[in-house]
This record gives sequence, structure tokens and C-alpha cells, in this order.
Amino acid sequence: MSQDESKSAPDGPHPTPLLDQLEGGKWPSFVTGLKRLRDTQGAQYAPMMNDLLGQLEHSYENRAGYWKGGTVSVFGYGGGVIPRFSEVAAKFPASKEFHTLRVQPPAGFHYDTATLRKLCDIWERHGSGLIAFHGQSGDIMFQGCTTENVQKAFDELNEIGFDLGGAGPALRTSMSCVGHARCEMSCYDEARAHRSVINEFLDEMHRPALPYKFKFKFSGCGNDCVNAIHRADFAVIGTWRDDMKVNQDEVRKYVAKAGRKYTIDTVIAMCPTRALSLNDDDTLSVDNKSCVRCMHCINVMNKALSPGDDRGASILVGGKRSLKVGDLMGTMLVPFMKLDTDEDFDRLVALARRMIDFFAENALEHERIGETMDRIGLPSFLEALEIEPDPNMVLHPRTSSYVRTDDFTEESEKYFERKARENGLDVAAE
Amino acid sequence: MDAPAQMRRPDEVGVPDPMPLMHPVLRKNYGAWAWHDRPRPGVLHHVAKGGDEVWTVRAGTQRQMDVYTIRTLCDIADRFAEGHVRFTTRSNIEFMLSAESKVQPLIDELGRHGFPVGGTGNSVSMISHTQGWLHCDIPGTDASGVVKNLMDMMHHEFTHEEMPNRVRITTSCCQINCGGQGDISINVQYTKPPKINHDLVNKVCERPAVVARCPVAAIRPAMVNGVPSLEVDEKKCVCCGACYPPCPPMQINSAESTKIAVWVGGKHSNARSKPTFHKLVVANLPNNAPHWPEVSEVVRTILSAYKEHGRHYERMGEWIDRIGWPRFFELTRFAFTKHHLDTWTGARKTMNMSAHVHF
Repeated sequence: MSQDESKSAPDGPHPTPLLDQLEGGKWPSFVTGLKRLRDTQGAQYAPMMNDLLGQLEHSYENRAGYWKGGTVSVFGYGGGVIPRFSEVAAKFPASKEFHTLRVQPPAGFHYDTATLRKLCDIWERHGSGLIAFHGQSGDIMFQGCTTENVQKAFDELNEIGFDLGGAGPALRTSMSCVGHARCEMSCYDEARAHRSVINEFLDEMHRPALPYKFKFKFSGCGNDCVNAIHRADFAVIGTWRDDMKVNQDEVRKYVAKAGRKYTIDTVIAMCPTRALSLNDDDTLSVDNKSCVRCMHCINVMNKALSPGDDRGASILVGGKRSLKVGDLMGTMLVPFMKLDTDEDFDRLVALARRMIDFFAENALEHERIGETMDRIGLPSFLEALEIEPDPNMVLHPRTSSYVRTDDFTEESEKYFERKARENGLDVAAE
Repeated sequence: MDAPAQMRRPDEVGVPDPMPLMHPVLRKNYGAWAWHDRPRPGVLHHVAKGGDEVWTVRAGTQRQMDVYTIRTLCDIADRFAEGHVRFTTRSNIEFMLSAESKVQPLIDELGRHGFPVGGTGNSVSMISHTQGWLHCDIPGTDASGVVKNLMDMMHHEFTHEEMPNRVRITTSCCQINCGGQGDISINVQYTKPPKINHDLVNKVCERPAVVARCPVAAIRPAMVNGVPSLEVDEKKCVCCGACYPPCPPMQINSAESTKIAVWVGGKHSNARSKPTFHKLVVANLPNNAPHWPEVSEVVRTILSAYKEHGRHYERMGEWIDRIGWPRFFELTRFAFTKHHLDTWTGARKTMNMSAHVHF
């Protein structure tokens, strides 16, 4: 990023024989889009996109990447910009700085066209004209900006109500499924949960100071359309406590249309806990105490079956990919919490706060909270977070006898007291 | 730089409120939907408890979009879809319509502009992918290019619902696997230890942090040519590339040794079976830009075996659970090698600890 300033881009576009081959085929081509930007007469980004295409072609030729990181930020924030400086800027000077602004999307990824056009206009003025909807982080990725223009682009995006997302060791941008907006499976207000939690901890997002990344994701049911259990440190998954709802007329209609054998093979026999039975009159019996809210039968017969009325969410903690102990999925820590009233959402935010605070104070550098859980053991982790053990947390109780159990009786008494209290609280609605 | 007093303070607005942006029928029936069906691939039809209906047309995009493409999609949304859209987690765009009569004209218009309509139900949806050579600082391959080739190949499977169940494919340009778990996952797999530029290590790397990053404790501090550097025990090294992001002089990529592996059976949903991680099928495929034909061939083989043999509603991993891994390798004709035997923490739990065998 230095002395090659004086060199101007070569006359005309860089040849891109390899990338050109990605313009055929039936799927929309990103290369065609990049070329459109390169060929826009008079656009401030056209030279940048010419050199960007040149560098990308260079990567295709040599099968190597040529970007390096650095430090670029906006005034008042520490994170949210992914800096990229070219290692081949001498050959491709106009794209020597090609930073990305990570911008948080509206919950549920809803847009109107007026807003999208404004985003395009801002990015035409200050950036490359290339936008990804959306990155794996959930962010709108405004890809390709000079260091100088990052602040200008952010200021304008911020003026119309958008904010930077997370990067580095920080609270990360979150995602929520379409949920309440257009899905009958939705068991809580995902957008409200998403915004209540994330907007409470923006300081942790904008000024990275955590041991490592921390991600929340919000799915309205066990179908988990935003992949929360795999990908989030804190997954909020919609569920319900009472019986699922069955419209027997619609069940009969479904069986009449789909066939009895097909219904048995694809619905009854696929229930993971054998909780379903098709009666001789083509109505459905559900053993709700055995049902695990997996969603399969509701997905298939969604006109006949639906989640119960006593809805809320389960919280699973500790999902992540391989680095460094191996893949971890979120582990069930809170089998059920209501998410209806202001107080319910306050409780969710309070739990999130306890989790982030614990993570900030106790995780090792570059350790995800799932690894912290493994390192200290679930009993200690629960104690620190003031969460009581629950059989929904395990596949089965321990099989190893190597544990000191001299306070087993006291712990049992606590369990029975807690159960009694829970039953009492339900009645008193305290 | 010289006038910090003029800097604008950020307005920490956080996550934008979707309500003002949301299609009016969705906003009106927020939290009050009753059921849905799919009149045809790429179209969802939702009915609210109060009787309102909305049709959603889902189309594939290239994810990395130029402003002209986005404006074209906006024009289409304004003319045919009441000016509102949303995106799925797999970068498909969705147009919501308040009348069924608008569905076909919208589909026709999308077709005229080259946007495939599909990705619903038991189809192959858009590949969730990463940045690759276009923007990442550590990529072993490209992302958009691999995906473009695969989606060209699978165009029919995107626009039709002919698979046993939905197929979710991911790609990742390094072993960090930002693309995530998938029914099929196409991920860079390094095959050689990092090549170390000892002149640079001490200048750009925080050495203790790099040592700590290694999952197999194969990196140790060393003096090389009289300067402090790092060395790698190549017998221990698992070539994961974890040292490369914090220390770029430990170059993990090379045109020859950066290979691609294909994995199957990852599943996010809790429907029927619990969520699962994907499992290795084939490694050592060449990083063969711009078409990656060897990768496409492996994906095609896996998809067609699943399409032919999977039962309705079985996801890829559930199908393999039923037929067993011996049959999977038999049907797909891939080799089963010692590299398929896990050696990581908890590996024993991935073994068959029973007398159950498939013949």
C-alpha cells in the first residue's frame, strides 16, 4: 500500500479470460455484475472494479489470494469494518484498498425498495457498487471501499438508520428467521427478541473487548432456519410446553388426499419418539408427553397440526465450528422460557447479560463459550450462571463413576424443593 | 485526520426495526399465520388466521450483487410485488404478493432477467458460501466461482422439487468453515504443513498467540538464521491452517497442496433427527479454477444417489443412517480409507460399538 500510487490503470479493461468463463450457465453471474460496475462510464468506482477484476483473475491464474488485513475503523467504533489491502497493488493500484463494511440487517431481512435504492446510492457514491445480501455473519456486506471513504459511507448509512455489525473478539451481528412475519410455526416474536438482546449490548459489538466472538441467533421453532444450534454461542429456539394442536378434520382430509400408507410412512413412522398413532378412522392420536417438538409432523401436515398455545423458547449455549477443540453444537441450558410480556423479554436480556459477563470474565483468550463450558465442566458453568440442572440438558445421566457424591442427599433435597417451588409459582403466578 | 472535531458521532441504532420495511400483509398478520402450502416450486402460499393470504415467490441471486442487479430486483418488486422484498439466510430473494394473479407475471419477469425461481421445499437451495479470493485474507479457493459452477450444474434441482427432502449445500474456502454445516459441504482441505517465512514471523506475528492457536501443539518458538521465529513439528501438524490467520508468514496455501474435500450429512434442523455435523466423503480434489469439474462431479454423484435412493422426507444424513455407510460408499463408488476414521477428541463415539453391520 505505498509507492505504486503514480501508476494509473492500464488503458481499457484487464483481460479476464478465466473469469469470462463464469458468465455462461443459467445461474446469475457475479462476474457479469462486476463487469457492469467496471464498465459504468464516469463512475468513481469503475477503475477500482477494473483492477479488482484484474486481481481476481490473477487469483484464478495462480490459485492464491492476495488480500491482507489491517486496521480501519470509523470514528467512535473499534470494529465492524473488515480491512483489505492488496498485496498486488503495484499491478492493480485502483483496488489497493478494498474494505468491507459489515452492516446489521433489519431483523428477518425485510426491506422495502426505497431503502434498498438508498443503500445502492450511498454505495455508488462512496464504495465499489458491490453489495452482498447477506454474508454468513448475517451482515449486509458493502464490499470494496477505500480507507478514506469508509467514514463517509458509514455516516450516510447511519443517517438512514443502519449501523455497523460485529467483527473480531466482540458481540457479532445476529440473525432471526422470518418467524412471526410469515410463518405459522413461529413460537415467539423473533424480531423483538433479536432487537431486545442485540441492541442492549451494542457496546460489546462496536468496541471489541471480549475474549473472542460471541454470537446470538434466533429461530422461531426447531426447524432452526437461521442455523442457530450449530453456529451460535447463544441459540434461542422457539418451542411450546402444552399439547400440540390437532385439527382432526384436516388430518382426515390430509390422509384422504395423501393416502394412508404415505401418511404412516412419512409422518407416523418418522416421529423420532413414536409419539404419533393414526387411528382407524384416520384421525391422529398424539402422546404429547413423549413429543420432543421436533416439528416434522407439523411441517408435513401444517394445516392440520400446529404448535400448542403455551409458547416460548429454549436456550442452547456453546455452538461453534472446529477451532480449536472440534465442532460443538449448542447444549440445552434452558428448556423453556416464556417470551410474551415485557418482563419475559427482560429476563431473556438478563440471561444474555449473565452469559456475556461470565464469558468476558472467565473465558481464556480466543476461547468460545462452548469451550469454556467444556473446560470447567457443566456443573460449574451452571453454578456460575445460576441455572439449575435439568434432565433436558443431557442425553442420559453420567456413565462414569469418577465423581465425588458426598453431598448427593443435599442436592436431591434442593431439587425437590425447587420442584415444589416451581409448582407453587405456577399457581401463584408470581 | 487534521480536523477530528468535525467527526460525526455514530448514532448507535443497532438492529433496524423491520416493521416499517415489511410487506403490509406480513405486518398486518404478524404472529397470526395459520398454515401454508406450495402451489409450485419457488412459490409459497401463506394463509393468516383472519383469512388474509400472501404469495411468496423465491428467486436465486448471485449474492455478491452489483447495484444494477439490486436496482433491477427493486424495479421488479415495484412493478410486480408491491415494493417489498426479503432475503433468506441462503441469499435467495423473496417477493411477497397479496394476490395470486400477480404470481405468474412476476415469475415471467424474473425469468426475463435471468433469476431462477425455486429453492423451496425438497429442492436444492442456493449454496451458502463465503468470500474466497474476492475478499478474504486467508482463502484457499474462490467462493462465488465454485458456487456459480455448482448452481449452473444444479439449476434444474433449484427450480424443481424432486429431491427426497430439502438439500442445503455449503462451501468454505478454508478449514475454519464459515460456510457451515450442510447436507453436502465443499470445503478447502489443506494437505501440507505451513511454509514459514522466517524473516517475517517476528515482525508480524505475536508468537505466543500463534503457539497457543495450534490445536495439536505442533508449533514452538525457535531461533532460525539468528532471528526469533517459529517452527512446526511436521509429524504432529494436521495441516488445519489455524496458525495462518494470526501469522500470515506461516503460509498454508499453495497452488498444489490446497485441496478440496466433500462432506455429507450435516443438518441444522431438529425435524425428525437431531442436528448433525457433516462427515467426510472425499478429500484431495484439485482446486481447479475456474470450473472445479472434479468437485462438480462428486457433488453430482452424491446428489443423484440420494435422489434415487432416499425416501421422501429423509435428509441426506438420515438416508445414510438408514442404508448405512457401507451402502453409501457402494452406491457412490467412493473409496473408504483410514482418513475416514476420526482421530479427534471423542473419536471413539463415532465408531460402531455394536454387532450391527450392513452387508
